[in-house]
Amino acid sequence: MKIKLKRLLLVPLIVSVTGCANLGVEPWERDLLAKKEMALTSSPIDATFDDHIYFSKEASSGGKGFGGGGCGCN
Amino acid sequence: MQLAKKLGSKKPNREKVNVKLALTVAATALLGAPCFVNAAETSALNAWSFDTAVLYYAEVDRVTATEAMLGASKTFDDGSVLSLKFTLDVLTGTSPNGAVAQPTTQTFTRPSGNGEYQTPANKTPIYDGFRDRRVQFNGQWTQPLAANYTVSGGVHISKEYDYLSLGVNGSLAYEFNNKNSTFSIGSSYFKDTYNPVGGIPKPLTVMITGSGDEDVDDPTRLGKDDTKSSADIMFGVTQVINRRLIMAFNYSYAKVGGYLNDPYKRLSRVNANGEAVDYVYESRPDSREKQSVFTQAKYNLGGALLKNTMLNNTVLDISYRYMWDDWQINSHTIDSRFYIPIGINSYLEPHFRVYQQSAAKFYQPFLNEPDSLPTYASADLRIGEMTAYTLGLKYGTFVNGGDELSFRLEYYTQRLTNAGFNEPGILSRQALYESVNAIIAQVTYSF
Repeated sequence: MKIKLKRLLLVPLIVSVTGCANLGVEPWERDLLAKKEMALTSSPIDATFDDHIYFSKEASSGGKGFGGGGCGCN
Repeated sequence: MQLAKKLGSKKPNREKVNVKLALTVAATALLGAPCFVNAAETSALNAWSFDTAVLYYAEVDRVTATEAMLGASKTFDDGSVLSLKFTLDVLTGTSPNGAVAQPTTQTFTRPSGNGEYQTPANKTPIYDGFRDRRVQFNGQWTQPLAANYTVSGGVHISKEYDYLSLGVNGSLAYEFNNKNSTFSIGSSYFKDTYNPVGGIPKPLTVMITGSGDEDVDDPTRLGKDDTKSSADIMFGVTQVINRRLIMAFNYSYAKVGGYLNDPYKRLSRVNANGEAVDYVYESRPDSREKQSVFTQAKYNLGGALLKNTMLNNTVLDISYRYMWDDWQINSHTIDSRFYIPIGINSYLEPHFRVYQQSAAKFYQPFLNEPDSLPTYASADLRIGEMTAYTLGLKYGTFVNGGDELSFRLEYYTQRLTNAGFNEPGILSRQALYESVNAIIAQVTYSF
């Protein structure tokens, strides 16, 4: 089950790498993508605070960014 | 908070400029560069941007933390970006020490070895002398290289009373397919030093009570400090799907080694009736390998159907992370935010997060006394079985010609569950998995 799930999660990654030539927009179609709220991390301060809270309260960290050391809270 | 309030008020613009100017001078001075303010005032003010934020985190009957952050960044003419970030934390309150509740009063030695504290009957044992301060500095330099290549490197320093963390990171990103696709690879390395109050406890030794002395010959101590290292590597792909949708996929691998115990956590050893006989210090493996896959989608809602409605240009931000490690912890995280514009100057952002993790293979809420001691055991609820929820709302508004003021209020709750352990005798009537409930409040001002 776990292995199947991992394989399932890799599918979009592979599709993205191999099929990306057919995706995307022209430079003049980036009006919405250029907005701050469309950035993958649109509120870096919030993300930093959240990472610190969840790192100190849960057993997982990282994934979106690095999940290394940083404090003695975990 | 004061700063944010001050800047958010209707004070003359000159005061705001002076604050920004002062921060600009400070940031420039940190770089070791001369700062001719009068001559360069206008250009410098245009080049630097600042984020100030204060966060308040309070658990019911547990930890309270106040965290202040100041970030400064500057984009240079060649597209390079320098980011500096200072953080100050103050933590106070109480923290569970790992032992189980009992129908009688329990006595524990303080982590320093000097003195004792007592836990009343039927209460989760907590150490109430928890107090710490942390200062942190992060610096990051991002530099465009040849066409479509960008490199980035950064440093991290964090110091608290009993902990020092030093880290470096580096990454390379390559854009292709008309900049609709990005492939990136990054790595980080941290070296941490733990210097706990009272020294490093010897794993699985019995806590001594009533001695009142701390010295280097204490048989329950291994030394004054120990170290931990973490190395991460991450591969990422981002892909613009269409005008309204962008997606990201990451794979991460992390290897952590060294001292991975929490020196302040213990386990109760109980007899067949669930009564605590003694307490031993926890013992975790000295290595951990973690892997995770992460995917995120950001989608701008809109089109004819939503035109002229409040939801037009709402941005959905949904991500999922699956993490697994060789401690047999698996976790699922779903995080979602909805950016809803209100008029032309404000927005609301509801936030909902669900997190679920399985227990580490050596997690045990207590040890049974007749059994021989296992090699590894920890009663730290943070590596136990849990489901956590976050529900929050953020309100942001643009003031003074583009500065952003925002308020965030969230509720975080952790539901800890029994991972299949029998609760003998009196333990069946004790609360061994108390929920954690916390409020998170934040004010941010960016200018």
